[in-house]
Amino acid sequence: MDLSAVSLDTAPGAPGAWCGHCGGPTSEGQHDSCVRMRELEPQRYCTQCRRRMKVQVVPQGWTATCIAHGSVEHSTWT
Amino acid sequence: MTTQVTDHDILATAREQVLERGEPLRYEQILAVLQTSDADLEGLLALAHEVRMRYQGPEVEVEGIVSLKTGGCPEDCHFCSQSGQFTSPVRSVWLNIPELVRAAKQTAATGASEFCIVAAVRGPDERLMEQLREGVAAIRAAVDIHVAASIGMLTQEQVDDLVDMGIHRYNHNLEAGRSYFPHVVTTHTWDERWDTCLMVKASGMELCCGGLVGMGETLEQRAELAAQLAELEPHEVPLNFLNPRPGTPFGDLEPMSANDALRTIAAFRLALPRTILRYAGGRELTLGDLGTRDGLLGGINAVIVGNYLTTLGRDPREDLALLQELNMPIKALNETL
Ligand code: SF4
Ligand SMILES: [Zn+2]
Ligand SMILES: [Zn+2]
Repeated sequence: MDLSAVSLDTAPGAPGAWCGHCGGPTSEGQHDSCVRMRELEPQRYCTQCRRRMKVQVVPQGWTATCIAHGSVEHSTWT
Repeated sequence: MTTQVTDHDILATAREQVLERGEPLRYEQILAVLQTSDADLEGLLALAHEVRMRYQGPEVEVEGIVSLKTGGCPEDCHFCSQSGQFTSPVRSVWLNIPELVRAAKQTAATGASEFCIVAAVRGPDERLMEQLREGVAAIRAAVDIHVAASIGMLTQEQVDDLVDMGIHRYNHNLEAGRSYFPHVVTTHTWDERWDTCLMVKASGMELCCGGLVGMGETLEQRAELAAQLAELEPHEVPLNFLNPRPGTPFGDLEPMSANDALRTIAAFRLALPRTILRYAGGRELTLGDLGTRDGLLGGINAVIVGNYLTTLGRDPREDLALLQELNMPIKALNETL
């Protein structure tokens, strides 16, 4: 996926209507524990459309891809 | 007889039997260790550490793992987010060969001597065997690291193919003690898993075989798993603590307590004095940083660096710094040949 084609504010990891961890609406309920879980889990849901993303975890990071909104990549090694 | 006297007895017996004579604890003895009180935990961990140092030495084996094929598995292992039978958020995805090689390179850069390629399958089909063959060849051409695999239940022909590819170690866990297994998996049997383990052992590949604890099993069933592993005598035992995954049948279980996890580590070490005992999944959740350290001083002598298959691990730099602080050198590649 060519990330340059995706504008940043609609990227699947950018703040949006949906929680990237539990897939619930960010306007409802508590997502504090979801935020804490980010250390232990990759993002599973697209924050823009709530689709379950295709997530590849590798030893050094993860990539999550939404079919509509592109990919979010995260390195877990500093 | 008070509990305390019993605790004391089993620790004294373990010291004489395992540490002095090198003879593993038997089932009833493993159970007695699992039943010891929190007051005895420190002494128990110290004994397990002495056993590890005497029979395995101070080195720690470091490994990285990666998922070649994630999710969509037809099996129903109740702890697993990769089963296609549950409404887990994990979707099916394949890793390409260049990314696989990159992961192996980055794993090797941490000083790791093992790199394990895993696939979420009942057993491999021709497509997976072909991907693996290509991936292993590409890694071996580019990186100096032992390649291990974990691709489910095998036929003898597949075992032979893995040997030909140069697979150094094969992972196939018993998952649970035989009597609890039907509560964990219904799509295949414990005996089928055992058979694959025996074929792997006979092939000359090293067998890596462990399981999970904290899945609702009784202490008897936990002791049973340790005793059955001891009977199998694998080269390595990876010990997982259940990390309850949303959407799976075990998703609502509470993670086990740190003290129970540490007692389990010590009990497994006393049951398996000469086996590599590895921290696998769930330690971040169950033990945290402090418990991780206690386990390394209580029988553990191998770790997985970096992330797991679908969840994240610690930054390898933290683990490597901890090993250095504990004066536990990383086992070098040539020592493991
Ligand atoms: S066989 Fe492996 S991948 Fe499939 S459900 Fe069981 S543990 Fe998960
Ligand atoms: Zn949430
Ligand atoms: Zn999306």
